Amino acid sequence: MSTTTVTVTTAATAQPRPWLTTAIIWALLLTVPLWLPMLGGYTALAGRVLVLGLAAMSFNLLLGFTGVMSFGHAAYFGLGAYGAGLTLKYLTASTPLAIVAGVLLGGLAGTLFGPLIVRRRGVYFAMVTVAFGQIAFYVAYSWDSLTGGYDGLRGFSRAPLDLGFITVDITNNATTFYYFLLIVFGIATGLQALLLASPFGRTLVAIRENERRARFLGIPIERHIWMSFSISCAFTALAGALYALLNNFADPMGLHYSLSGEIVIMTVMGGMRAFWGPLVGAALFVVLQDYISSMTVNWMSFVGLIFVLVVLFFPRGLLGMLQKGTGK
Amino acid sequence: MTMLDVRNVTKQFGSLVAVSNVSMQVATGELRAIIGPNGAGKTTFFNMISGFFAPTKGDIVFDGAVVTKMAVTERVAMGMARTFQITEIFPELTVRENIRIGVESSQGLRQRFWVGSEKRATVNRGIEEALTLSGLTSQADRLVGELSHGDQRAAEIATALTLKPRLLLLDEPTAGMGEHETYAVANLIRRLHKQSAYTIVLIEHDMRVVFNLADKITVLGEGKMLAEGTPAEIADNPIVQEAYLGKAE
Repeated sequence: MSTTTVTVTTAATAQPRPWLTTAIIWALLLTVPLWLPMLGGYTALAGRVLVLGLAAMSFNLLLGFTGVMSFGHAAYFGLGAYGAGLTLKYLTASTPLAIVAGVLLGGLAGTLFGPLIVRRRGVYFAMVTVAFGQIAFYVAYSWDSLTGGYDGLRGFSRAPLDLGFITVDITNNATTFYYFLLIVFGIATGLQALLLASPFGRTLVAIRENERRARFLGIPIERHIWMSFSISCAFTALAGALYALLNNFADPMGLHYSLSGEIVIMTVMGGMRAFWGPLVGAALFVVLQDYISSMTVNWMSFVGLIFVLVVLFFPRGLLGMLQKGTGK
Repeated sequence: MTMLDVRNVTKQFGSLVAVSNVSMQVATGELRAIIGPNGAGKTTFFNMISGFFAPTKGDIVFDGAVVTKMAVTERVAMGMARTFQITEIFPELTVRENIRIGVESSQGLRQRFWVGSEKRATVNRGIEEALTLSGLTSQADRLVGELSHGDQRAAEIATALTLKPRLLLLDEPTAGMGEHETYAVANLIRRLHKQSAYTIVLIEHDMRVVFNLADKITVLGEGKMLAEGTPAEIADNPIVQEAYLGKAE
């Protein structure tokens, strides 16, 4: 997996020594249960970083690598969460099927919605995505009988993994569940890396860089933005499904535009031109949220202040800045 | 054989007639220059040929097919490529990556999520060819945005060439360039025309470039066709001298 990532980052953004970043990140992720408790953290916090990091990285396929700004990605995150939750509650006690259902629900919603917006650009694109997100929010909010409305969807829990020869209990053991999340995260980001290193991935960067040139090289812009949007939504929905499994809960706030905004903040703070940037941003965001919210309910003001400082002083984001600083 | 046949095209923007009833036939292998004072409608004319917008009236026939209302990407697939007055490239990518995107698109790989090693080798050969042809091999791994104006233009032309176009449209390829850069780009165009037998239509302000390179010249003025002929004929044409060249003296 690390080798594919290396090719992506060199090909797509010409960053110095991206393999080093990949190696460090994987070393840290794999050893979380060893060092996190020593710093006063708990494993579920790392799970949140993985899940929100995956959401931000999926969103970044669109923002950082296609150059298109969606402000409604929480919709697909939330649909993924509800898809997984409803499957576990009403259909079957299977964790893999719940994940598949979440991905399908969010991915299909994005795929069907995409053609309506691919001709819009910039602020218009962003506004229509917000509007769709709010529609999804109000549906979940109002459809009490199915979704539990404002209180959220409860009464489901992740089921043990039956691998045929062995059953893995991911229901109680936090560390086992963390590694389960990490495996899914690894597969998803590996696929994203392969995607970005492919000819299709390069057409997305081409669209980001110069739409007119891309069109005059024969690339059908609208179709490719649509494909990128659909893929991005499906991966975001995967993150949402994992989120429902993490909390054994799904609620309308998972669809709300404030979460869309947080996904944007994580991505920009970490660095939208760096493959792992959004993960770094998500880690910072989740840790700040956890730490500051234990002291004040106004934690968001502090996160906002830090966001402003990062954007002012490190416009390439934290990881973008670190890679630039150490690479050459 | 005729590669491009423009038949009585007119383009109106509201009440403004930018191009009025202009026709032009370009033979295969020909290098045609379009000249005319500012506001003559040259770029509008170009935009209709390349598919930026459709003419109000008239038809455009490319390689035997009517393409008047065809989308840009369809024309590209038929073998039309163009460059722009203000260079259009992928500035934050290297020269090689710019060219790679063109090569992969022209080889029909643009929707592929995976390519085998054989195909990858073909792509790399295409990249090297385009680099050699444009003389950019030594700059291949620099970001295009960091190159000189002239080299950026060469990179844009090289990227357009990856499409192996049957018709290459160049909108003011030497615009804003100094003596030395103009000479280098003019030489590149000459090589493409003489050695590689490309059919080229270009808009150009630099008269030395035009009269040195072109097989035939089309002169536009105020949206109308003023004259058409070989460089010698155009130089001697009294209407052209009065309307265009005469002003300079």
